[in-house]
Amino acid sequence: MNRPNLKPGDFKSDTTPIWCPGCGDYHVLMSITRALAQLGRPPEQVAAVSGIGCSSRIPAYTNCYGFHGVHGRSLAVAAGLKVARPDLTVLALSGDGDGFSIGGNHFLHACRRNIDMTYIVMDNRVYGMTKGQPSPTTEPDWDSALSPGGTGLSPFHPLVIALASGANFVAREFSGDIKGCTATIAEAIAHPGFSFVEILSPCVTFRPDEREWKGKVHKAAVEATDDPARAARRIMTDDGMNTGILYRGRRRPYHTSVSDETGDLGALEAAFEL
Amino acid sequence: MTQDKTDIPEVSFAIVGTGGKGAITGGAILLEAAGKAGWHGLMTRSVGPQIRGGEAAALVRLATGPAFCMAQDFDILVALDWKNADRFVSAMPVHAGSIVIADPAAGTPPEAVRATGCTIVDCPISDLAKAIDGGRENMIAVGLVTQLIGLPVSVVMDVVAAKLGRKGAQAVETGHACLEAGIQAANGMQPRFPLAPAPQTDARRWLITGNEAMGLGVLRGGVRFAAAYPITPATEILEYLAPALSRTGGALLQAEDELASINMAIGASFGGRPSVTATSGPGLSLMMESLGLAAASETPVVVVDVMRVGPSTGIATKSEQSDLNIAIYGFHGDAPHVVVAPLGVADCLFTGQWAVHLAESLQTPVIVLSDQSIGQARVLIDRPADVQFLTRRKAWRASGEAYQRYALTADGVSPMSIPGQPGGQYTADGLTHDEYGAPSSTARDQTAQMEKRARKIEGFDFGDHWGQIEGDTDASTVILTWGAMTGAAREALTALDALGTPARLVAVRLIAPLPRADLARALDGAERILVVEQNRSGQFARHLRSEMDLPGEVRQLCREGPDLIRPDEIAQAIRDWSIS
Repeated sequence: MNRPNLKPGDFKSDTTPIWCPGCGDYHVLMSITRALAQLGRPPEQVAAVSGIGCSSRIPAYTNCYGFHGVHGRSLAVAAGLKVARPDLTVLALSGDGDGFSIGGNHFLHACRRNIDMTYIVMDNRVYGMTKGQPSPTTEPDWDSALSPGGTGLSPFHPLVIALASGANFVAREFSGDIKGCTATIAEAIAHPGFSFVEILSPCVTFRPDEREWKGKVHKAAVEATDDPARAARRIMTDDGMNTGILYRGRRRPYHTSVSDETGDLGALEAAFEL
Repeated sequence: MTQDKTDIPEVSFAIVGTGGKGAITGGAILLEAAGKAGWHGLMTRSVGPQIRGGEAAALVRLATGPAFCMAQDFDILVALDWKNADRFVSAMPVHAGSIVIADPAAGTPPEAVRATGCTIVDCPISDLAKAIDGGRENMIAVGLVTQLIGLPVSVVMDVVAAKLGRKGAQAVETGHACLEAGIQAANGMQPRFPLAPAPQTDARRWLITGNEAMGLGVLRGGVRFAAAYPITPATEILEYLAPALSRTGGALLQAEDELASINMAIGASFGGRPSVTATSGPGLSLMMESLGLAAASETPVVVVDVMRVGPSTGIATKSEQSDLNIAIYGFHGDAPHVVVAPLGVADCLFTGQWAVHLAESLQTPVIVLSDQSIGQARVLIDRPADVQFLTRRKAWRASGEAYQRYALTADGVSPMSIPGQPGGQYTADGLTHDEYGAPSSTARDQTAQMEKRARKIEGFDFGDHWGQIEGDTDASTVILTWGAMTGAAREALTALDALGTPARLVAVRLIAPLPRADLARALDGAERILVVEQNRSGQFARHLRSEMDLPGEVRQLCREGPDLIRPDEIAQAIRDWSIS
């Protein structure tokens, strides 16, 4: 049941974020509230589910129903919730450590399962809450106390993984582009099935170099495709700073649901009667 | 030795053969036929880890009254072959009065069998089956046992027809021909074990496994969502729930691992739907962090742990009661919750239903400790009486005031709003939080919320469901046990009574919080307490002693699986103690 005349402020709570000044996540929060207002989804019809990390603090900063769970498992909580309550708009909110490292396996299977929900990952290529360790998306030569001289490992490519695993909507945005983020998040929510939005969201404290992202990002030059092979080729050959909706799939969403009425439990006994 | 026994009150038999030969199906046909004819009984399976080609045995005990555990030794053993005999003979011992029927073409009976002095009868089972087009050895075995124990042939024929009917009329005809050949072959065999007539009853009768009863129990408790990750020996609960939930408007979601399954159940419960998952020890280990989240966020959820031999992968197909420690103490931090254990196969129905009631009422995780010995046992029982609980979450209704999800109520249980309710928005959180659910790191909030979570569990009235007191309630000798071991203890009680050594049985269903006051009353006047459990370190006995002082002298009878503690061992331990 949508409601007109909702404002972004209707989706904000009184809790003050713990984020550092300049953190990209402020802009993501702003974009999410704008998208929800634009869609006319009342806050009590929205559930924001998260794991652990700076970005995962987001549910408490909204006026939606929120679930702030354990590290890495937001997609599992969100899947159970959406199947149990298909009437709700379910958002899973995560970061690159929570979503791609400890929660990596759930990412694959959430894409594959294609339940109608939206997964927003705020990617800053660093573990911020534990004060600056490399994450799966960190560049191989990024120096830190835990990885002197860099990890030497190839970064994880979330968009390609999402596409290969069966996600039905794949997009990349930059947190500083609030207008672009808002539009893409709104489309992601409206698109049936599992929608994945990676938002490049700078960590100005541990990755001050990411301030330069603002000048590097650029809008995708072509329209989103529904052909996964074409989408994969584009994503794999772009510079990683290409933003916008990159793939809109046509897969049928997972549709098991729980009804309000409990059926006849007595009828189940027949299976045991001699 | 060759004299017919008449009207014996119970008989036990085993059919063994290489996996794939149908020994289990044979046992199941005989159990069902006996049930239709009015007898009680149960069947357990003894299987190797292989899917095909390992050993498989159906162990069946039939009786004129309720049977609470598997027989200690077997009157009839039908061996389709002796492959892997070293792995199964200890699980199905025979005695001097037993009859062992074996095909001489399929090997020699092992020394452990011959040494008992039992009667070994050669029977060309394989040739009899081959003589019938499409004939199978297991159906010959069904005929042999039918004749030796005096089951009504027409009832066995009906069950065979029902089991093979979907394969067509020819299959049924072949099955009946094999059955007849087996019956003919058993003519003249001695000894025989004719069962006393089945008692007449009007009760509706069920044939059900512990895992199925657990599934039906949680549905009766109100479960509408299950998350599933397969694991032996819990999978049958999930396989029962999948179609049962689908038929009754609920849903089951298969997870990618147990980290996901527990969180899916938590998510669905947050959405207002009572939820469950089932697993075994390795899966429970993976779920522990998220069970702590359920405790802290006060999200109701039920986890059924069908225990198997551990640690690590252990023996997946065999039973042990060794997850008590992790179920009670496996959480990091202090996380009050509930642990319950069914007292037998039939009690899985009640305990499953009760567990959901407790989780929903207390908004907390409840761990149910079933085990392989009851989960995979199939029993013939009278339909258990219906139980009603007024199970509902304490609901929140809009009042115009700001909603406090974690309000500090007198009973510690706070009204819970459900997504979709306007004005009831909150964030369920594993972070320490205040009454509104807002994250907090103050000592005040940590203390207030910890106190509240402890209060709701400690102050709850669990009623008289905490356990059962049986036998001679005035006896100063007590057998104290928990969960699935109750069946063997109950049968030990009967044996002791016959020997003139009356004893009291105290069987505990509520493991945590330990019902100290109820237990103190149940143990009043006890001078000797034997604590019986199927694990090496005596986990329940340690739990008891850490929580309360036990009267009198305490001894333990505990050992690891897979060999189950038998009623005669319990009775012997009591007898030895009485004499000393």
